[in-house]
Amino acid sequence: MRKSIKFTLNGRPVALDTDDGRTLLWVLRTDLDLTGTKYGCGEGICGACTVAVDGTAVRSCQTSLAAIENKKVVTIEGLEHGGNLHPLQQAFIDQGGFQCGYCTSGMLMNAWALLQKQPHPSHAAIVDEMNSNLCRCGAHQRIVAAIEQASKSGGAR
Amino acid sequence: MTTRSSSPLRGIDRRSFCKLLGGGIVVLVTARPAELFAQQRRRGYPEDLNAYLRIDENGRVTIFSGKIEMGQGVQTSLAQMAAEELGVGLDSVNMVMGDTDLCPWDQGTHGSMSTRFFGPAVRAAAAEARTVLMNLAAQKLGTPRGKLVVDNGVVSNGSQKVTYGELAKGKRIARLVDEKAVLRSVGEFKLIGTAPKRLDGREKVSGRAKYAGDVRLPGMLYARLLRPPVHGATRKSLDTSKAKELPGVTVVEKGDLVAVLHADPERAAAALKLVKAEWEKPAAAFDTESVHDYLVKNAGEGEAHVSRGNVASVIDGGSARVIRSTFRTGYLAHAPIEPHSAVAEWKDGRLTAWIGTQGPFQARTRIAETLGLDEKSVRVITPFVGGGFGGKSPAPQGVEAAQLAQMTGKPVMVMFTRGEEFFFDTFGPAAVVKINSAIDGAGKITAWDYHVYAAGERSAEPPYDIANVSLKSYAARNSATGARIHPFATGPWRAPGAGTNVFARESQIDIMAAAAKVDPLEFRLRNTSDPQLIRALKTVADAFGWKPGAGPSGQGRAIACSIDAGTYCAMAAEVAVDRKTGAINVKRVVAAQDMGLVINPVGAKMQMEGCITMGQGYVLSEELNFRGGDILDRNFDTYELPRFAGVPRIETLLIANERLAPQGGGEPAIVPVGAVIANAVFDATGVRMFRLPMTPARVLAAMKA
Ligand code: FES
Ligand code: FES
Repeated sequence: MRKSIKFTLNGRPVALDTDDGRTLLWVLRTDLDLTGTKYGCGEGICGACTVAVDGTAVRSCQTSLAAIENKKVVTIEGLEHGGNLHPLQQAFIDQGGFQCGYCTSGMLMNAWALLQKQPHPSHAAIVDEMNSNLCRCGAHQRIVAAIEQASKSGGAR
Repeated sequence: MTTRSSSPLRGIDRRSFCKLLGGGIVVLVTARPAELFAQQRRRGYPEDLNAYLRIDENGRVTIFSGKIEMGQGVQTSLAQMAAEELGVGLDSVNMVMGDTDLCPWDQGTHGSMSTRFFGPAVRAAAAEARTVLMNLAAQKLGTPRGKLVVDNGVVSNGSQKVTYGELAKGKRIARLVDEKAVLRSVGEFKLIGTAPKRLDGREKVSGRAKYAGDVRLPGMLYARLLRPPVHGATRKSLDTSKAKELPGVTVVEKGDLVAVLHADPERAAAALKLVKAEWEKPAAAFDTESVHDYLVKNAGEGEAHVSRGNVASVIDGGSARVIRSTFRTGYLAHAPIEPHSAVAEWKDGRLTAWIGTQGPFQARTRIAETLGLDEKSVRVITPFVGGGFGGKSPAPQGVEAAQLAQMTGKPVMVMFTRGEEFFFDTFGPAAVVKINSAIDGAGKITAWDYHVYAAGERSAEPPYDIANVSLKSYAARNSATGARIHPFATGPWRAPGAGTNVFARESQIDIMAAAAKVDPLEFRLRNTSDPQLIRALKTVADAFGWKPGAGPSGQGRAIACSIDAGTYCAMAAEVAVDRKTGAINVKRVVAAQDMGLVINPVGAKMQMEGCITMGQGYVLSEELNFRGGDILDRNFDTYELPRFAGVPRIETLLIANERLAPQGGGEPAIVPVGAVIANAVFDATGVRMFRLPMTPARVLAAMKA
């Protein structure tokens, strides 16, 4: 249904006049020109499209605009502050938690949401939480190390 | 190291370079080994240049390379090599990669070749540039070259200094290096052998890194194409009338190309659902389980690759202990998380395409052929590629986007859905290996009779001292008709065929060791005299904490080794097998790799970890399910990639061997994963697995048998 939809995106208010049945992933990538959030499978399986809605990781390919009305959406583009990387982003660089980088936005957002809820997760909790995100390059071991580093250096911010 | 001969730029198309030159110093290289590229030279680019670099008036160095970055870290390692030879910091180097207008022709990024073959070209160009700059500095400072030192792009004679930028200013110098340049030696290295932060890090963690699907052009349309339900289907009818009724939809019909386009990708998808077509499907000749018998039955004579001694006399002679085994593997999907994507724009008679591909120049050729254009009228730009593993050498989506852009006059994006990605993949082939081998009473291998079907012979040759060897490779072609047997496209999958060959060989070695009641490490050492292999085996055994004993020892540990792309890899693993479910838990993998000179040790280890992790997939869970041309796996729910919970503890070791030139790094460590886990399952349970992937159901069945 066409209507005006309001939500907060990376700290800024957004109002879109469009069909609220559209999918968040594609609205981000087209209307809003935020291409950091990736398409990987379109069926909620891979996690490449992960964003945070009210602090919880969701799969934007499975989320309609109606579902985020009046909520706070954070995408990969919202992690940096004033040109400074979030400690989690820095940790991914330090530990080499990426190769091709295509899964990285989703990994970071999933990990970011985890650290919001649980600033100091155990190794097992990290593995458990990240298990539903796929990485084909095999950066897994370093992604876990990066999340551990970020957790030690202050966790959520 | 070696002598150099260089000449001023001569005999090449000066005009195209003068344009690029502006001011500064340009060095062009005819890469070594030139023979490798000889058959593919020219192609619209002057002669057979494979690399060039430019130093501008600000002292910035730009490397132009036809290679692409798909996660393997080559952007950083090539920059590292150039910076090393030039004597500048890594941050003064820019990389321009995979742009067919700006970069020299290249055969494509695959086969662990970038560092091995292209690296020397980049180093030579940089070394030549350094010589030019040092000569200029000698003139300027009035100091003999030998008395000058360079640090971070600043040349000094002790009292006076001059920067590379100042030296390049107002100059138009072009050099061509056509022989080996004087390279820095190991002892002089400052950057080679270190692990600087990757150049692509910041972009990739911030979401700013651009992949083909992220390109946005004004007025761009998203295309969705009508696809056959199964491979080999023919279309009997087509009705696009309903799709045409949707506002904003453009429908294109041209022969087999049927597409709907819309400015909103979801609208395009909705329009495609309204396109009605009927298809005639061919009968299925075989499926996931029957493919192997079919391959063997239909294969022809086979090609002999090794034929030494008299295998038959030993195998059939009756005196040796003979072991006969058959190994099978399934079709594998590349399944990069980034699907094949491309954007094309048709403007002023010229086609520009941004394509996620491992072969930008090959894509350019295909687009030019399909559109009936001169190659000069096509430009392919390769942004970051979100994983390739061999699957993005073909780029059909680039051709489709180009056709649609030409037909509609609008910029067009073609991004495969995950379903299309699985359907149009060039799968790693299902394969069969049959081995008959013999051992004598002293635990020495006396004969090796090897037959590989459909996988090819990469890494198949045994690195053991065996007097009688026969190695035959059978193509997946019908012996009578010559027709391809595979019902869909197949192609190279990370270290093509090597994983299959080494799974079979190193399993067979383990079977023989157990039959001889010899410790599997000891058995390998007893049968080889290759010093690199011996060192790799001993290194990994030490790091692993190998406890000797003939298998099955009950420890669930094992060893395997391989030589691939010039690199030696020895691997040890520890597993536990759940006897109720058949599930294999890989607890730990230790790998020792001898890859010659290591440019970036952390980058090399990341590739090894990536290989071992990706390896868990084809070994434990990944196999394409199909029935004839019908692809049954269309997403990650049924085609299971390795996940965090399944990744073992991985330890990697690099064996110092600086005198050997850099060898392959992106593939070798995936090669022994199948064998080392199968051998460990045997060591844990006494049950031998002859089929990959070793799914819980297959392990259970094997334990019951
Ligand atoms: S694209 Fe959304 S989970 Fe894969
Ligand atoms: S880094 Fe390539 S998919 Fe994860």
